[in-house]
Amino acid sequence: MPVNLKAKLVEKKELIPGIFKFSVEAMEIVEKAKPGQFIEIRVNDNTEPFLRRPISIHNLCKESGKLEFIFQVKGKGTTILSTKKEGDLIDIIGPLGKGTFNYESHSNLAIIGGGIGIFPLYELAKNAITYGKNVNTYLGFRNKDLVVLEDEFRNVSTNLFLTTDDGSYANKGFAIDFLKQDIEDGKIDSIFACGPLPMLKAVRKLAIEKNIPCQISLEENMGCGLGVCLGCAVKTAESPKEAPEYVHVCKAGPVFEATYVEI
Amino acid sequence: MNTKINFAGIEMKNPVTVASGTFGYGREYSEFFDLSKLGGIITKGTSLKSRSGNKPSRVCETASGMLNSIGLQNPGVEYFAENDLPFLRKFDTAIIVNACGSSVDEYVELCRILNTLDIDGVELNLSCPNVKEGCMAFGNSYEGVKHVTSEVRKVLDKPLIVKLTPNVTDIASIAKAVEDAGADGVSLINTLLGMKIDINKRKPVLANNMGGLSGPAIKPVAVRMVYQVSKTVNIPILGMGGIVNGEDAVEFMLAGASAISIGAGNFIDPYASVKTVQGIEDYMKKYNIEDVKDIVGKVEMN
Repeated sequence: MPVNLKAKLVEKKELIPGIFKFSVEAMEIVEKAKPGQFIEIRVNDNTEPFLRRPISIHNLCKESGKLEFIFQVKGKGTTILSTKKEGDLIDIIGPLGKGTFNYESHSNLAIIGGGIGIFPLYELAKNAITYGKNVNTYLGFRNKDLVVLEDEFRNVSTNLFLTTDDGSYANKGFAIDFLKQDIEDGKIDSIFACGPLPMLKAVRKLAIEKNIPCQISLEENMGCGLGVCLGCAVKTAESPKEAPEYVHVCKAGPVFEATYVEI
Repeated sequence: MNTKINFAGIEMKNPVTVASGTFGYGREYSEFFDLSKLGGIITKGTSLKSRSGNKPSRVCETASGMLNSIGLQNPGVEYFAENDLPFLRKFDTAIIVNACGSSVDEYVELCRILNTLDIDGVELNLSCPNVKEGCMAFGNSYEGVKHVTSEVRKVLDKPLIVKLTPNVTDIASIAKAVEDAGADGVSLINTLLGMKIDINKRKPVLANNMGGLSGPAIKPVAVRMVYQVSKTVNIPILGMGGIVNGEDAVEFMLAGASAISIGAGNFIDPYASVKTVQGIEDYMKKYNIEDVKDIVGKVEMN
């Protein structure tokens, strides 16, 4: 059950230009939250900008009640959010989403993310490695200036593969190429993905071809974030085009079985 | 202090309701507060058979508001009656079903079923801008509105409210059609047809190209229309369009609304509706108003 609270910003850090990590005190959300869930933030008290901003949960500290989220400054809302100071209160609803990353029944995980899509994968990797899973993490970035959280992910991964599209840092190429190789070598029994749509499409296709269970975290424009407005619709894979059936990212997701949805 | 009202034959403990399509069937917001605090709940638009809704993207943000083209996705009246109505009935609040259809026959058949259910009233949706047939197609002419409302009236004994579209030249004449057809109340306004273009892609943001604009951006238009309708008809008005707090609600009531709905405001603050109940009471205290009915229509025009 989500709660609405004013969470105190206790630590603010700009990881790379335009990408901020906020740590807030939100025990009531932290104690309930699961990997893959998200929060909704109202950036100010007036009605401009109007809607809340859905932002994925990056890290949960069950002991201290601290919740971390990372966001890129993109428009009006995130610009205002980025001006918050340590000590400020932030209006948050969470945890949201019934579709979470379920890794428990698997042993050899592939966690693959691209760009700003990597953030919700951290809590998953951290949990999985704590429970003794073999965590293979594949992170892709456009270039070296956009690489973030390398050390953090290394600490919660058995193996970390880092790529840049242009080869300006670490391996040149796409993260999925390394995943493909490990699948060929029989090292992977499950895939968990979050990132840009072309990457998710490629991962989904690969998982279906290789018959590997795959969970993907989706994004869609949201109105309410609670499952009320039915705005963030995604079509189920099995429903025919003439009679489409839609489920909603904020409620049934944001994490879905890759075979369940059409992207 | 009295906040109780009888709206179109429906007893309500206060004039605050939540607008169709912004509150689902109540479950999600019941996790935040006791729904019995509300005067009434207008359900998500419900049709005879289930509807899958429009292609995504279905929503986008605009200046002080949002566009939507959900397309009335809903599970159908049978599912509602079995699964959602028993849940809603656990709360001490008026339950009004927003009814939509794509032909006169469908509206009539739906309302025949609704007449047998344990609900307090029907809000006839003649104003959704996001579906091809029905709804707004009936809602934009005096004759169309009068015809479908009259046919529904024949099968519906429960209080009948008709929800009007603002996408017309003369909303007062449409409201008159509702009154002439024997309905008990009118609600206004539904969303204003709008469009947003992604200048980089050179395409509309919504897959359906156009959608309904809601939120504070439309409030002045809604207040004006409530005022005009109140000067034309004698049936009570359920006013809505951009209300996010008690002050907004009072503005609509001064313009002539007997009750109000919180719509998109629910999305930004899950407590917006209950805070509005409090906000109206605060206004009454400030101006020593004993009965909430004494605010209605009390605007003094220049």
